[in-house]
Amino acid sequence: MATFNLNINGKTQSVDIDPATPILWVLRDHLDLVGTKYGCGIAQCGACTIIMDGNAVRSCSIPVSAAEGTKITTIEGLSEKVDHPVQKAWMEHDVPQCGYCQAGQIMSAVALLENNPNPTDEDIDNAMNGNICRCGTYVRIKKAIKTAANS
Amino acid sequence: MNPTSEKLNRRSFLKVSALAGGGLFLSVGWLAGCKPDSKEDLLGMPEEWIRINGFIRIGDNGLITIMSPNPEGGQNVKTGMPMIVAEELDADWPKVLVEQAPLDTDNFTRQFIGGSQAIRMGWNVLRNAGATARQLLVNAAAQTWNVPASEITTKMGMIYHQGSGKKAHYGEMASLAATLPLPENVQLKEQKAYTIIGTSRKNVDAKNIVTGKPLFGIDYKKEGMLIAMIIHPPAHGMRLKSFDDSKARNLPGIREIFPIKSHEDGYERTFFDTTSFTDLVAIVGNSTWEVLNAKKAVSVEWENFGTYQEKRDWNGRKEMRTIPGGLESEPEQLAKMNDVASKAKTVRKDGNPEMAFRNASKVIERTYNGPFLAHNCMEPMNFFAHINGNQVHCAGPLQKPELTEQALSTRLGIPIENIEIEMTRLGGGYGRRSYAHWLIEAAVISQKVNAPIKLMYSREDDMTGGIYRPMYQATYRAALDKDNNLIGFHVNAGGLVEPPIYPDRFPAGAVENYWVEEWTVSSNITVGSFRAPRSNFIAAAEQSFLDEIAEEIGKDPIDFRLELLKRAKENPVGENNDYDPERYAGVLELVKAKSKWGQNQAGISRGVSAYFCHNSYAAQVLDLRIENGQVKVEKVTQALDCGLLINPDAAKNLCEGAVVDAIGTAMFGELKFNQGVPDKNNFDRYRMIRMGEAPKAIDTYFVESQVDPTGLGEPGYPSVFAALANALYQANGKRLYQQPFAPQLT
Repeated sequence: MATFNLNINGKTQSVDIDPATPILWVLRDHLDLVGTKYGCGIAQCGACTIIMDGNAVRSCSIPVSAAEGTKITTIEGLSEKVDHPVQKAWMEHDVPQCGYCQAGQIMSAVALLENNPNPTDEDIDNAMNGNICRCGTYVRIKKAIKTAANS
Repeated sequence: MNPTSEKLNRRSFLKVSALAGGGLFLSVGWLAGCKPDSKEDLLGMPEEWIRINGFIRIGDNGLITIMSPNPEGGQNVKTGMPMIVAEELDADWPKVLVEQAPLDTDNFTRQFIGGSQAIRMGWNVLRNAGATARQLLVNAAAQTWNVPASEITTKMGMIYHQGSGKKAHYGEMASLAATLPLPENVQLKEQKAYTIIGTSRKNVDAKNIVTGKPLFGIDYKKEGMLIAMIIHPPAHGMRLKSFDDSKARNLPGIREIFPIKSHEDGYERTFFDTTSFTDLVAIVGNSTWEVLNAKKAVSVEWENFGTYQEKRDWNGRKEMRTIPGGLESEPEQLAKMNDVASKAKTVRKDGNPEMAFRNASKVIERTYNGPFLAHNCMEPMNFFAHINGNQVHCAGPLQKPELTEQALSTRLGIPIENIEIEMTRLGGGYGRRSYAHWLIEAAVISQKVNAPIKLMYSREDDMTGGIYRPMYQATYRAALDKDNNLIGFHVNAGGLVEPPIYPDRFPAGAVENYWVEEWTVSSNITVGSFRAPRSNFIAAAEQSFLDEIAEEIGKDPIDFRLELLKRAKENPVGENNDYDPERYAGVLELVKAKSKWGQNQAGISRGVSAYFCHNSYAAQVLDLRIENGQVKVEKVTQALDCGLLINPDAAKNLCEGAVVDAIGTAMFGELKFNQGVPDKNNFDRYRMIRMGEAPKAIDTYFVESQVDPTGLGEPGYPSVFAALANALYQANGKRLYQQPFAPQLT
């Protein structure tokens, strides 16, 4: 066990935990931030995507020991008033079906647009290929990303 | 349905709401119609809620809560079902809150999702709930204002009496309305008066989803809750022999490790009681990571089981089913299927097919195969359970709570009235969450440790835990005369562990000499419903075969189908043909027009397919090109007929998803067995469709219809497989008889 000070959604939070614990389980089990989802545990599905120092990463495969000193954003930290352009675009296009993968999809999309404000279709495919949507909402996800890019 | 008044202050409403809404941290839903940027959604909460009936509570300020009775797994019933209530209630949709009802068989009927039946079966119940409440409010106003009820009108949550100029919002009449006798024979609206049904309304949970609120079973938390996981056998055909937890039990955060039995030996199983592994090792601890680590440290010894008998009650049909022992591998499974196929049972025969085939100038025969498929819901199986003495409180994602409740009661020896089941949002269902063995497992674990627990399956537990889409095979034969008329049609189809055939569906009724045979191979590999069960395979086979016949006889594939449907309509062969040829032709004609069928584009290959299942009709035209050996689906144009549309944009979303899901499954979906062990256990090997492989565009059209609404969760799905296969054939000249397609394209 060790103590880690984590910068999550602009707040510093302290956890005393096994250093090997993936950030995903720190968020879900210890910090009550359950918007980040478990899907595969091996960085293959993207349900657990968070933004770490500006990049979309899979929180299921990064130990908490690697998180100290980084700046983490989760779905809960995107906006106070549900007004992040990506959240708004997701609602405008009524993207979700079951909704389980959508937090991860949104975080990947946010990171994409932060690094590339006007992505081409190919850029979107490349950035989003790590996120599985079992319900098949990809066509709407792409439309929503374009709407968010234009806003 | 007796109206009662419940005087609830805001605090107690929040409490009730928290229970009814899933006991999550979130106690109040966002307003159904609230705009994404509205500032204070919770301003204007009423001081008092008045319960009008099981579906409706009205706040003293006019705010309305509508309970959504069925579980929500992405089909958007949580928006659509309350829309139907709100329509007849004449509510103002932006002032409606939607709440997920718990399992409550006193107030609701058929609280399950499956078979695309939620809207179809709920249609009358939901309309009557709204109309009855509206009439009670009108009667209350009539009494208060001392005017005839017949002179009173309602609109968007307001009550008006034109003669006296009096008006009131629903909240002002709700207390009195709740005490009045129930009106008889309430008037339902005519369709042309609808202002909510048939208009697109946003998903009522959208805001909660995009902000990461705890909506799902896996998000469920309760004070003192422990985390539990299970270890199940690595192979079908194996069972627990013994285990050694000495290296695991003292690991940090671990409470208890013990064996459990999800069903007692000799338990008589009903339809949704399927379990692959009854004997499991349970690990209970403080946190998920700690339990995951301890799980790896338990060493377990497994043993093969022998053939045994399982007692079943299949909807009243009592039987002993033989479950064979042995560790199965794909080659032997296929050999067994071919052997049993030759001893099939006839389930429909029209005319004299044997003679038609003897007299044929030409016979086309093709065999199609489909593999086992894992459902792969993105939210792995999980459930919360707290058995406290004789009281049971469970919460989580499941499709058929009503049917699971009885099994749970039997297993725990606790009467049903002591069991409370909350329904959380489902992170996907597709049939998998109909088989709620994990709920029973969670309850048994909670009972043993005497604490609230949440059982979580790892992805590997989920994917290798059984209950798959069965492995299927179908052999089709067509007899053609010298003028290329289709004079005979024969299908022999079966599966491991069930046959895929619906003998009375198209092309039954369209061919003079028609013959259907089916067969079943037993296995210890468990199977279950998978989005459009059976149809998802047989449509692929049948619609690929029809494409091949059309080509052989030199007909356009749409015209060929339309000719068959014309025959089925004008002069049907046989009886009990369970589709409407006119509606079936309707979706083909609509897709033909919308896709501009017949106008070819350079480099684009097109395929068409259609199917009827679960009371709705679907047809797709799929356009693709092959670019550097990669299949690029440019566009899918589809037409559907599900009767009256409730929420058009949501319906579109569901059908777009069906297209993407079907393309992915057809291209990549496959699970094989080697010595009883599934060959894939996670998404590194089980390939799912991803963004870059989805169609660039999907255009969805609905046949305009006044017919009572039917479902859409499944009907759009099965026909897509063959539209893809037929388009791929146009692209590369190779017919596809085996799913998945992708390995055959390189």
